[in-house]
Amino acid sequence: MKARIKFSKTGSMRFTGHLDVMRYFQKAFLRAGIKTGYSRGFSPHPLMSFTSPLGIGLGSDAEYIDVTLEEADTPSVMTDRLNVVMNDEIRVKLFSFIKDTAKPSMSVLAACDYLIAVKPESTSQFTDREFTKKNLDTFIVQDKIEILKKTKKSEKITDIRENICYISDNMADFQKMTGQNYGKLCINETYLPVLYCQLAAGSVVNIKPELVLEAFCNYSGTEYNPFAYQIHRLEMYAKADKKLIPMSDYDAVLQTGGESYA
Amino acid sequence: MRKLALSDEILLSVEKPARYIGGEINMVVKNPADVAVRFCMCFPDVYEIGMSHLGIQILYDMFNKRDDIYCERVYSPWPDLDRIMRHENIPLFALESQQPVKDFDFLGITLQYEMCYTNILQVLDLSGIALNASERTEHDPFVIGGGPCAYNPEPVADFFDMFYIGEGETVYYELIDKYKEWKLSGNDRTSFLKIAAQVPGIYVPQFYKVLYNKDGTLADFKPVVAEAPDTVIKQVELDLSETYYPEKPLVPYIKVTQDRVVLEIQRGCIRGCRFCQAGMIYRPVRPRSLDFLKKHALSMLKSTGHNEITLSSLSASDYKELPELVHWMVDEFQDKKINIALPSLRIDAFALDVMSKIQDVRKSSLTFAPEAGTQRMRNVINKGLAEEEILNGAREAFKGGWNRVKLYFMLGLPGETYDDIEGIAVLSDKIAREYYNIPKEKRNGRVNIVTSTSIFIPKPFTPFQWASMDTKEEAAKKRDFLLSKVKEQLNARSIKYNCHDEDVSELEGAFARGDRRLCNVIRQAYESGCIYDAWTEYFCYDKWLKAFEDNNIDMEFYTRRERREDELLPWDFIDIGVTKEFMFKEYLNSKAEIVTPDCREKCAGCGAMKFGCGVCVEERSQGN
Repeated sequence: MKARIKFSKTGSMRFTGHLDVMRYFQKAFLRAGIKTGYSRGFSPHPLMSFTSPLGIGLGSDAEYIDVTLEEADTPSVMTDRLNVVMNDEIRVKLFSFIKDTAKPSMSVLAACDYLIAVKPESTSQFTDREFTKKNLDTFIVQDKIEILKKTKKSEKITDIRENICYISDNMADFQKMTGQNYGKLCINETYLPVLYCQLAAGSVVNIKPELVLEAFCNYSGTEYNPFAYQIHRLEMYAKADKKLIPMSDYDAVLQTGGESYA
Repeated sequence: MRKLALSDEILLSVEKPARYIGGEINMVVKNPADVAVRFCMCFPDVYEIGMSHLGIQILYDMFNKRDDIYCERVYSPWPDLDRIMRHENIPLFALESQQPVKDFDFLGITLQYEMCYTNILQVLDLSGIALNASERTEHDPFVIGGGPCAYNPEPVADFFDMFYIGEGETVYYELIDKYKEWKLSGNDRTSFLKIAAQVPGIYVPQFYKVLYNKDGTLADFKPVVAEAPDTVIKQVELDLSETYYPEKPLVPYIKVTQDRVVLEIQRGCIRGCRFCQAGMIYRPVRPRSLDFLKKHALSMLKSTGHNEITLSSLSASDYKELPELVHWMVDEFQDKKINIALPSLRIDAFALDVMSKIQDVRKSSLTFAPEAGTQRMRNVINKGLAEEEILNGAREAFKGGWNRVKLYFMLGLPGETYDDIEGIAVLSDKIAREYYNIPKEKRNGRVNIVTSTSIFIPKPFTPFQWASMDTKEEAAKKRDFLLSKVKEQLNARSIKYNCHDEDVSELEGAFARGDRRLCNVIRQAYESGCIYDAWTEYFCYDKWLKAFEDNNIDMEFYTRRERREDELLPWDFIDIGVTKEFMFKEYLNSKAEIVTPDCREKCAGCGAMKFGCGVCVEERSQGN
């Protein structure tokens, strides 16, 4: 059977790459004594895949891995069995069993939500709420938002306006826009949130939150210092009938919440 | 949330930031304020290498079993972080508490290879601890060295307050207890060193004076305080089935060199190869019981979630219950998708049977370590591996579908002739011929033979400790000769030849048998920018040459010179059980090409029997 696990990644674990997190889960399953499905061949590896790798340094309340299991218990027992053998900075938040026919989450990813916060001891003009609001109101009504997109091969100017689904300077409005309740976040409380955004994601169009932040800095006439900001993923979605559905609910047949933690 | 010593900005600007965050699975968490003694364990190389070391995992577990001790870890920062730490004056910190190393009671540094010596100074320097022990004050930790290179501690003697000679399981608790008493007494730093010097196995270099002859050799080596013994006896854990061994080893987040459960099946070796230091200093061989190994294999796999387990020992084939252990592992783990990685076994029917069960024959390779190319030379070094064994093993393996072979040899062994060197190429070719003797339809493509040579370095506490080492010019000439001979072979196209760097080997040779006068050379090399000398991309030979020159020290005095029998060697004050007389007798046997049987076949009377354990008592009880 297949399962989709939603987990948080915070604190020092922000500095581990996604391949390390993959290994971390492989080992966690073994410690928890949960049998996963394996690929065939002489060096079998667990059948496990990520929805979308998170860049080093970013935090998240909504990472997802899909895994094939050979045996299972109820979602809440599975959550507990994993959390007991994991550290405090990667925790299972939600465990869903998904349809056997479910496509890998990475192939159905359509959008991601992000929070952008200013780190303590850093300066950013966006901590001035009036400044942020004034610039954001006009930023978002532009016809075009052009940025220089760099890849390994080329640099090109891209218009990202239509790939910014929503953007807001406060949580209350953002929750209304996306229709989500993000609950208590696994993010350092000394970080000051300044922006929230929902961006197109997936294999066709994938907009990094750093690009939006840089574009907004440029628009606001303020210097972009990437180290001043903490970017934190809030949710990932698949699209069905032109509607975004949180990845944990997409194709889900049975799920429950993870343990609560402060 | 754990507070990290480095800012997000720094962590995001260095390679592999997870090297510095600690917090690994099974990391021990204690409140530093609640313990009496803080011990920081250091492996002076990069995290991925250091985390793969079994010895530290054993000691980490042993120290942390006690509530009054908190043992933490530190590794060498990679050069990218090194630069930032110096520039921003960030003190080196331990991974667990992320607090400065300088605030610890002890800094224990393991010395696994000579080329890490400048990294010791890097760790001290970044910690803000004075480089020379004589410059340290009450505010500095006691810096203690251990591991195989501590058997000749002299080239780094100035940098250490003390060395622990031998296996860590025995007297560390005693040393810590004495430290606690001393700390309460409020006495000065030297008074603790005097107490420590009386603990068996502890060597405090500043309490010894060295006098030199006009020719540069040692004239005298004597303690200058009453508390320091004339001879320091190596520490031996007598029963390896009744001792500390981690049940919950640390599990790193990033991929390290040894990303698997390591099960040390025995310590020591019965073979007595004359070039091998480990084979002498870990005498006598002491196997662990099958029950101990099974129990630990299960508990370590469970607690780590590793999907691979490997056996560690100097010669696994000599572990008597190996077939039973390996068959148990195959039965127990194969269904659970736990890989079994076997160390190089003697290639025989048993090894091939097991290997075909646990490996993909097409992808795995066979490893032989004949060390020398001719039987004559193998007799000189006492490597009991006959050509017939190699060829038979290869033939059987080829029939079983293998087609890749790795061969390890040494160049520059004492008494080596060019015929012996040519023998390396000839033996490589004979193995290839075995392959092509198999009917074509049964072969699995071409055979692929990789022949590697390292440059022989005479090590202390081996029968070759008196021998001359080749200069790098000679080594280069021999390498080129061998390459030309490989090319002449019938199957030259199936043989790939690799060789070690001569510059590094020469320096390693000087440190291996060096004395205290090298401390200044190492310090100067470090101060002129040398670190990570074991890493080709950072090794600066020119800086080392200058450091030797500026200190008026001739490297060849240490490498080139054959020592006289009666010469006082810098490490003679250490008693490893195996006597100098035995080693010299073995040196003469090597010159006469006489083979000495292994410990189980016949006791050679090396002297290690005085410890009364392992194979020495095993044979007695069987009435041999």
